[in-house]
Amino acid sequence: MSMLKTTSPLLLALALASHPAIAEPPGLGKPVSEAEIKAWDISILPDGTGLPAGSGTAEQGAKVYAEKCVACHGEGGKGGINAPLVGAPPIKSIDATKTVANFWGYSTTVFDHVRRAMPWKTPRTLTDDEVYALTAYILAQNKIIGDNDVMNAQTLPKVKMPNADNFIIKFPDKI
Amino acid sequence: MTIRKRRCAPVLEPVAGNGLLDRRALLGRGIMFAGAVSTGVSSSPTTAAAEPLRDDPWSLETGSITPALQTPSRFEKDVVRILSNPNGEPRTSHARTPHHLLNGTITPNSLHFTINHSGIPDIDPAKHRLVIHGMVKQPLVFTVDSLARYPMVSRMAFVECAGNSAGMFSPQPLQASVQALHGLVSNAEWTGVPLSTLLEETGIDPKATWIIAEGADSLALSRSFPLKKALDDAMVALYQNGERIMPGNGYPMRLLLPGWEGNMHVKFLRRLKLTDQPGMTYFETRTYSQILPNGKAYRFYFVNEVKSFITHPSFGQALKEPGYYEISGIAYSGNGRVAKVLVSADGGKSWAQAALQEPVQSKAFTRFRVPWRWDGQPAILQSRAWDEAGNVQPLRTQFVAERGEAAKVPNVFGFASQHYNSLTSWAIDNKGEIKHVYA
Repeated sequence: MSMLKTTSPLLLALALASHPAIAEPPGLGKPVSEAEIKAWDISILPDGTGLPAGSGTAEQGAKVYAEKCVACHGEGGKGGINAPLVGAPPIKSIDATKTVANFWGYSTTVFDHVRRAMPWKTPRTLTDDEVYALTAYILAQNKIIGDNDVMNAQTLPKVKMPNADNFIIKFPDKI
Repeated sequence: MTIRKRRCAPVLEPVAGNGLLDRRALLGRGIMFAGAVSTGVSSSPTTAAAEPLRDDPWSLETGSITPALQTPSRFEKDVVRILSNPNGEPRTSHARTPHHLLNGTITPNSLHFTINHSGIPDIDPAKHRLVIHGMVKQPLVFTVDSLARYPMVSRMAFVECAGNSAGMFSPQPLQASVQALHGLVSNAEWTGVPLSTLLEETGIDPKATWIIAEGADSLALSRSFPLKKALDDAMVALYQNGERIMPGNGYPMRLLLPGWEGNMHVKFLRRLKLTDQPGMTYFETRTYSQILPNGKAYRFYFVNEVKSFITHPSFGQALKEPGYYEISGIAYSGNGRVAKVLVSADGGKSWAQAALQEPVQSKAFTRFRVPWRWDGQPAILQSRAWDEAGNVQPLRTQFVAERGEAAKVPNVFGFASQHYNSLTSWAIDNKGEIKHVYA
């Protein structure tokens, strides 16, 4: 630091510019196209951005559920060794059980989470149609959509969740 | 002879109720404690000196072979994390740091807390990739080796699960150790590449406001964080206390968002997508949103606010006899440096200022200490911290008024709610036994 104090501003500027760590990034990232990232790019945004082609209904979802989900989440989604997917017990205390119907703010989160994380032992093995069907099944069992409603990239983001308006951003200035 | 020398030093009287002494007693040499001559020395006869000193067997034989990777003494076998899911059932696993058995500020890597929602992936670093894409000028992919060539920074930072201390939401004080109650926070030196450096290389679309981070674990755990934080002090961390990050802490790389809730420091980091909105992922809109007493819920709490707790003495560490003890603990704030810690031994009636161990670093553990002479009578120990931004740890009544209490007494490993940063109180009875109380 003492050197900096005795060096002229011009020389200092030259010295910094010649230091690659300061003047420019090392450039070791390899350019990649969005097409090459596609297999990993599974984020679904609340406005529906990222939702793939395909569709499903609750009836189709019930079959997938019986085969791939019931072992952990129980008959009809009522809960088993893992969380219930169906049911909206009223939130009466801070430690109330949070369910899709009584708490989740966005329908897209159901699709996103099922596709990225389920089934527990074999994640990311469901087809997009199966994920749409399971999403429809969970939403219909919770009476959030009708039994015959088709879920796809257009319809799913329009589903309004019952608890959507009950969230408060804690520290807006941090965003 | 040493006693005569000490008599010249200033004598410090208690500064707060129940025997709290002036912190300056810890700072300088030649300062003596009031009462040390009259009661302290004579009341603590040491039996060790009365026994003849001799060579034990280990002093009379050659020691063991030096191992390549050393581990603690076999006499320290109880210094371990406690596990919420030791048999690996299909649910989240927590491992909590034994703060009552550690000192200083650095959490050894083997004892750093971990929460893994679907086990620990066995990642080959040669095959791991980090992709940065979305609203950037040029999407880029990085290998571990390429990132290791970037200009790096090191910083101390605590990482705290938002659900640390969740047992404190219990309507009755859980009789549990500081490890069980507050073990989901740890502190390490993290070394890695500032995220801003990598974003400079990809370029940023001016419309981007958020980044969605994702891990390479089986859940592809995903959290969103504001671009503002990315450009402030976010890091892609490669090293933890000098060595590569522990598998349970995110090997071979993790996101570090200093001062923010642990779940956001996405481990096994493989993807960062710049967007103009948050992803509203499972963990941010469900798990880590906190229900309030009026039925609404906080979203995007993010910051772990100023907090402290006493680790020595604490629940489970009975005091064997009246006399001198050091009260010490940990303080930290997600909003900057700890400015001040006060300690009470009488349940908050009177307070003594604690000595803060230098260096006091931003968004990192600060060890505080107060000398104490316990007179053998009941006492209630508490600590309360302030940070440099002027925030103060709320008293329990204030905290509960805003955030509420659980309807039922929870399991100590449960998550009734999150972001508890009120006080912790340890009540000592006249036998020296320590209980957890609300005071």
